[in-house]
Amino acid sequence: MGFYVLRRLLALIPTLFIASVIAFTVVRLVPGDVLDLMLSENVYSSGAPEDRAQLEQALGLDKPLYQQYLHWAGDALQGDLGESLWRNTPVTGEIAARLDVTLELGILALLIALAIGLPIGIFAAVRQETLGDHIGRTFSILALAVPNFWLGTLVVILPALWWGWSPPNKLVPFFENPLENLKTFLLPSLILGTSLSAVIMRMTRTMMLEVLRQDYIRTAWAKGLRERRVVLMHAVKNAMIPVITLVGILVPILFGGTVIIEQIFRLPGLGQLLLEAVSTRDYPVITGVFLVTGVVVMLVNLLVDLCYGYLDPKVRYDR
Amino acid sequence: MSLSIQTPAAAAPATPPRRRTRPKTLRFLQRLCKERPLGALGAMICLVLLLTGLFADVIAPEGFNAINPIERLKAPSAEHWLGTDQLGRDVFARIVHGAQLSVIVAFAATTLSIVISALLGILSGYFGGRLDMVIQRLVDGWMCFPDLILLIVAVAVLGPGTWQVILILGLLFGISGSRIIRGAVLSAKQNVYVHAAQSMGASSTRILLKHILPNVMAPLIVLYTTRLAAVILAESGLSFLGLGIPPPEPSWGGMLSLDGRSYMFQAPWLAIAPGIALTVAVFGINMFGDALRDLLDPRMRGGGGRYLARVKRTIGS
Repeated sequence: MGFYVLRRLLALIPTLFIASVIAFTVVRLVPGDVLDLMLSENVYSSGAPEDRAQLEQALGLDKPLYQQYLHWAGDALQGDLGESLWRNTPVTGEIAARLDVTLELGILALLIALAIGLPIGIFAAVRQETLGDHIGRTFSILALAVPNFWLGTLVVILPALWWGWSPPNKLVPFFENPLENLKTFLLPSLILGTSLSAVIMRMTRTMMLEVLRQDYIRTAWAKGLRERRVVLMHAVKNAMIPVITLVGILVPILFGGTVIIEQIFRLPGLGQLLLEAVSTRDYPVITGVFLVTGVVVMLVNLLVDLCYGYLDPKVRYDR
Repeated sequence: MSLSIQTPAAAAPATPPRRRTRPKTLRFLQRLCKERPLGALGAMICLVLLLTGLFADVIAPEGFNAINPIERLKAPSAEHWLGTDQLGRDVFARIVHGAQLSVIVAFAATTLSIVISALLGILSGYFGGRLDMVIQRLVDGWMCFPDLILLIVAVAVLGPGTWQVILILGLLFGISGSRIIRGAVLSAKQNVYVHAAQSMGASSTRILLKHILPNVMAPLIVLYTTRLAAVILAESGLSFLGLGIPPPEPSWGGMLSLDGRSYMFQAPWLAIAPGIALTVAVFGINMFGDALRDLLDPRMRGGGGRYLARVKRTIGS
């Protein structure tokens, strides 16, 4: 296992490098110059060429691109992602201040998705081709087709229209008043979780069906075990292993979902920071958020891989 | 003597076996309706979407962008089937033209993405070696960014606009889809006839076209349909955030966007119609895609209903 962990960690290095290069270069592909933009929006600039040269030097944009990258990557490794162009605040601090909202939303949504998806998926597989199975599958098909931003919009608008009720958008820190905090997060994470649960349900059902046809399940039945025991002890345990990988696949989707849900419910998370930065063309912030989401996804996938290796010894020895 | 024996044998291939007499497409449609009724429904929805897109100007000839302040925020009526929006534009006409926009974006971006997927997947899978390693590491790096975040950043770089959205979506889904094609190429490469062709000195182009491509066709078609729905959802999500197709264009996502939110409290029909249109379109494409996958590519077939059907068929009940 130790060797496996080491190998996975080593494999992370090239991916991290390439991801950082992508994050660094994509944002620098902007047509037109950041400098021109900054100068044109700065009231104090006279538009003189000296101003431009000065600003260029101050931002380190006069150096060749690879030097800029090395400089930026070196700082990033030490947790310094530069400064916001307009506010002069460190990007790392801005991201840290917003990350907890996004993480809480994401984790709650994932838990809700698992709480809905797993039982329905297991039930649908065990009672294959019954009414329950059909209802579960119809639900998952619908949940896949309904866009989460529409669901969110309806949840904000219809109750306000019918009962004059609108979801709370006052954000209380979790450790100050957990109950109030959860109240704010309940609806957003419920919407996000429901749309994700469909994927989990489908995957669980497929995996369970695969496992339920295995010889050891027949043996378990033949031993005269009760259904509850066969399903929970023998089938679910084995079907869960591939479902864990699904969590790794879902995390990027979750990130995308939080951007939209944060926007609908006006939660000050990472997604809002990114959208604000996009509308003000705050490139260091865009690069920073971009990199952080990539790294989080990468780490989650590492964790999933390690869990997978721990649960299924076959994986560890695979080349 | 030998002639009389040979005649029936030689004549046999001339009359094809009876099962082959029906055209392939027709047989496929029959299977679709019989084995996957939901898939047939999905195909119908796709067809309606396509026709709406093609004949948008015939169905709703009156200007979908005609601003009419007197008629603003009118509830659904005989004149305006789905009501009017905050600028007095007919919502039905905008939905119909939104279908046109969705169809254009979906087909253009998906086609682009499939071409990229096929090129990358075949290059990486067939030629392998160092090239494969480099491409796969790049794809790894690309794929650790969440789709929507990549899209948002790319729009920040390219600026909003229909062509930009198509380009970005095509690139994004093209790169992520290349993995699936690479897998299919790798397994096709294992076939003995590929080895045989290689040892006979057939050129790479010939092997790719004659042996690899036919094997990759089924996953390509499946990928195409699943990507269509994903592209429509991604485009509407971007437009919803105000980063996709710019405002005067009638994008379904843009119609639901936050700019119009305050009007939706007065005029809830503004929030209903585009959402239903999106849901039905995505549902239809997904169902059709699922059915296609089951019928075309047995390898990608999930467990479940098909297994039972197969057993029943073999038993003969």
